[in-house]
Amino acid sequence: MFIETKELTKQFGGLAAVKNVDFAIEKGKINAIIGPNGAGKSTFFNLVSGSYRPTSGQVFYKGENITNLPSNKIAKLGVSRTFQTTNLFEQATVLDNVIVGHRLRTQSNLLDAVLRTKRYKREEKQCRDKAMEVLDFTGLTHITDQLAGSITQEEKKRVAFALALATDPEVVFLDEPAAGINPGETEGLAELMKKMVKKGITVCLIEHKMQMVMKLAEKIMVLNYGEKIAEGTADEVMSNKKVIKAYLGGDASA
Amino acid sequence: MGPLQKKHLIITGLIILAGIFPFINQNDYWLHILTLSFIWMIAVYGLNLLAGYTGYLSLAHAGFFAIGAYSLGLLTVKAGINYWAALVLSCVITSVIGFLIGLISLRTREHFFAIYTLCVGYVIYLVIDKWDSLTGGVRGLIGIPAPSNIGPLSFESTLSQYYLVLFFLLATIFVMYRIVHSLSGRTFIAIRNSEELAGTIGISTMKNKLVVFVLSTFFAGLAGALYASFIRFIGPDIGYTTVIFDLLTYLLVGGIGTLAGPVVGTMLIVSVSQSLQFLQDYRMLIFGPLLTLIIIFYPRGIVGFFSDWYRKRQSTKLQSQKKKQVKSNMDDEDLHEDRVKEG
Repeated sequence: MFIETKELTKQFGGLAAVKNVDFAIEKGKINAIIGPNGAGKSTFFNLVSGSYRPTSGQVFYKGENITNLPSNKIAKLGVSRTFQTTNLFEQATVLDNVIVGHRLRTQSNLLDAVLRTKRYKREEKQCRDKAMEVLDFTGLTHITDQLAGSITQEEKKRVAFALALATDPEVVFLDEPAAGINPGETEGLAELMKKMVKKGITVCLIEHKMQMVMKLAEKIMVLNYGEKIAEGTADEVMSNKKVIKAYLGGDASA
Repeated sequence: MGPLQKKHLIITGLIILAGIFPFINQNDYWLHILTLSFIWMIAVYGLNLLAGYTGYLSLAHAGFFAIGAYSLGLLTVKAGINYWAALVLSCVITSVIGFLIGLISLRTREHFFAIYTLCVGYVIYLVIDKWDSLTGGVRGLIGIPAPSNIGPLSFESTLSQYYLVLFFLLATIFVMYRIVHSLSGRTFIAIRNSEELAGTIGISTMKNKLVVFVLSTFFAGLAGALYASFIRFIGPDIGYTTVIFDLLTYLLVGGIGTLAGPVVGTMLIVSVSQSLQFLQDYRMLIFGPLLTLIIIFYPRGIVGFFSDWYRKRQSTKLQSQKKKQVKSNMDDEDLHEDRVKEG
C-alpha cells in the first residue's frame, strides 16, 4: 500500500473531527475525499501531512509508520500539500516564492550563505532550476517575474501547486484546489492534475465541485461527521444510499 | 545604467561619505553621536533579522544588548582579560544565553512571544540592577578600557573608535545582505509568511527560528560590547525597556524587513531628536504621532515606501513599453498588408 491510514481518529475536546478512518491512497492515481462541510476532510489532510497529531490510529507511507513525524520530516519523505488559502509572499516575485520549495533538498547553512561557498552556489542554482522547471510544468513561465500580489486567483493556485511540486514529492495533497475560480479555469487545473499523475505523482484532493471530482478521481472516499461512509469509484459512490442521504438529507428511499 | 549598478553606486557613495565624514565635520560631538548611532544600528540589524525577516518580534533585545555590554565590562574590568578576547567572549556569552532563552520563548508565537520576551528583557534588567556584588547595581560599572591596540593601531581617540565601529557596522550589513539574499534568508521569510506552509515544504521551523534568534542576540551582544567600550561606563538602565522601544522605533520608521531600514531609521530619528533637543521630553509629542502615522500608512517604513514606489514605477514603465511594442508590431502588420495590397 502507498499511503494507508488505520483507525485514524482526531478528537477536539468532545468532538471527533475524524473517527476511525481506514483509507488507502493508491499510487499513480487521482484520489479524492469528498463530504459536506465540516465532515473532517481538511482535518484528515492535516493528520496525514503531519500538521496535527492524531488522537489514535496510524498513518503509513510506503510501509513506514509516519504517524508522529512532524510535517517537515514527512515533506522530506516525499509527501507535499497545498492549503485552501494560498499563502504567498505578495511583495516578492512568483519565482522567488517558489525557489524556497526546493530548500529541503539542500544542505547549505548560514555559513555557506555568508561565505558563498561552492556548495552554496551549486545549491542555489539547483533551487532556481527546480523552480523554473515546476513553473514551466504548471504553465507559469510568462509570470515568473511578476509580484505574487498582482497575479490572478487561478495563477496563485498554480503557484501553490508549483511550490508543492518543487519539493520533489511522490504524492501531493490538494486542499480544495478549485475553490474560488471559474469553470474554465477549473478545467485547466484538472488538466494539470492529470499531467501530474502522468509524471508519476500521486494526487489526493479535497474538492467541493462534484462534477470535477466525479470526472477526475479514480478513487473516492466520502466522509460525513468524521466517519467514512463510502469508498470506491465515482459510480459506486454516487449510487451509495448513505452518500445521497448525507448530501441531500432526509430518507434515501424517499 | 541598470538599477543594480545605480544601487551599487549609491552604496559605495554612502560608504565613502561615512569614511570621509570626520574630515568634513571635525566636531567631536557629532562624531560621538554618529558612532553611537552606528552601534544602535548593529543592534537594530540583529532585531530586524528576527522581527523583520522571520516574523518574531522580540522585546528582550535591550536585555541582550545589556548582557553584551556587561560581559565586556566585567571581563575587562574585573577579570582583566584582553579587550579583543573579551569582545569575542561577550558575543559568545550573549549568544549562549540567547540560545537558552530562545529554546523556551520560541515555543510561543506572535503577541505571546512579544509579551514573553518583554518579560525576559525586564528580568535581565532586574538581575543586572539587583546583583550588586557582580554588576555594581545602580552604581554601574566604571573604568571600562577602550579597545586595546592592534599593532600600531590605537583606539583611544573618538576618531579611531568611529572607524572601528564603522568597520563592525559595515561587516554587519555585509553579513545581513548575504543572509537575506540566500536560501537561508528565503527560508526565514517563508517562516514569517506562514509557519504551517513552511513546515509542509520541509522546513524545520524550530531549528531555523532558533538559529535566527541566536544570531540576532549575537548582534545585540556585539552592539552592547562596543557600546561599553565606547562610553566606558555602563549602568543597568541600558537594559531597560525604553531601550528596546527606541530600537524598535528606529526599525519601524526605517522599514522593518528591509535591508536599508535600520540605517535610515536610526539616522533619521537620532538626527531629528538631536535637533529637537531644546524640546526635551516633549519631543515624544512629535515622535508619537509620527510613528503612528508611519505604521498606519507605511507598515514597511520609509524604505518600504520607496521600494514599493520604485517597483510600481518600473512595472508601469514595463507595461507602457509592452504596449508600444504591440502597437508598433501592429503598425508593421498594417504596413505589410498595405504592401500586399499594393503588390
